[in-house]
Amino acid sequence: MKIAVSSKGTTLDSEVDPRFGRASYIMIVDTDTLDFEAMDNSANCAAFKGAGIQAATMVSDTGAEVLMTGYCGPKAFQTISAAGIKVVSDITGTVRDAVEKMQSGAVSYTDSANADAHW
Amino acid sequence: MIISVASGKGGTGKTTVSTNMAQALETELTFLDCDVEEPNAHLFLEPAISSSRQVETPVPEIQVEKCTQCRKCMDICRFNAIAVVGQQVLVFPELCHSCGGCMLVCPEGIITETGRELGVIEEGQRDKITFAHGKMRVGEAMAPPLIKEVRKATRAQGLTIIDAPPGTSCPVIAAIDGVDFVLMVTEPTPFGLHDLKLAVEAVKLLGISSGLVINRADLGNREVYAYAREQEIPILMEIPFDRRIAEVYSSGQSVVEAMPEWAEKFRELYHRIEAIVES
Repeated sequence: MKIAVSSKGTTLDSEVDPRFGRASYIMIVDTDTLDFEAMDNSANCAAFKGAGIQAATMVSDTGAEVLMTGYCGPKAFQTISAAGIKVVSDITGTVRDAVEKMQSGAVSYTDSANADAHW
Repeated sequence: MIISVASGKGGTGKTTVSTNMAQALETELTFLDCDVEEPNAHLFLEPAISSSRQVETPVPEIQVEKCTQCRKCMDICRFNAIAVVGQQVLVFPELCHSCGGCMLVCPEGIITETGRELGVIEEGQRDKITFAHGKMRVGEAMAPPLIKEVRKATRAQGLTIIDAPPGTSCPVIAAIDGVDFVLMVTEPTPFGLHDLKLAVEAVKLLGISSGLVINRADLGNREVYAYAREQEIPILMEIPFDRRIAEVYSSGQSVVEAMPEWAEKFRELYHRIEAIVES
């Protein structure tokens, strides 16, 4: 299964970026093979508004089924949900930790945003 | 003639200067409170409000079932107000800046306009002053379209005084663009000077002539004076730090009414502006 993890760097040992829309990178990881791709999110990082919406669209295009991140705001959550992607929030540690968590099945999906909208 | 009273820094005395100048003058004039995020001139002018109307800005409405997911609307939007994901199209009206680009590029022609409430405009009268102000809807983030709507109440002939919002961003530009004169109210403090410089740069870019009122003129330091000299911006009035003025203001009274000796000073301020604009 392909999952998306917000990340501060480009390797599996990079720290999870607590922000989703303005994360430095979004890692797309195959939980079976550990193949991954680091997507540069710098354009969204500098967006005036709507960074989460744009990042969610980007993740949707990769075919990822789950998003793991620290905080997910209301517009990002609405967009990612519309794409049929499930969200695991409050993720900390490294990208590898997050992937292992997913592999172990010890995750609970959130049904709402866990951060306020930014103005 | 249209005079906008602006400042850069907030709390320097824009409303004090604009409302008192309006009240001191003996001619009919129009007063527009364009500080739509926190209008307060009405507290001092106390106009009798005779009309109130809601103002909307156009935002897209998409017939989602006819959408072919081409994404042209999403790609043209600079504000991420449209997201095409999976088989769905999401519109975030609060992010829309009403450019109409999505409607133009949609090959299916399935995007039409609906409205998002920006706020209300109230108009009224107090003696010789025709009054209008905008009150932005709580939760709305875009002030300029509402400000432009308030400015439609500008008097065709004679004097219009605009109380502008603080800062130097889009709302301020909307409140000073195309006016005859920008009166900047500042205070002689490092913060006052810092933000005044930003305001002066903005006014210069727009090519509008300007002058300064220095409020609480006997506090702080002399750097604002040095800056005004260097930039050749005339200092048209100085208001001292006077406890009585502060008391009058905090009780919602006009300085010119409670302290009549100030009426002539505010009239003089206006005549100086008039002389600059006419030259």
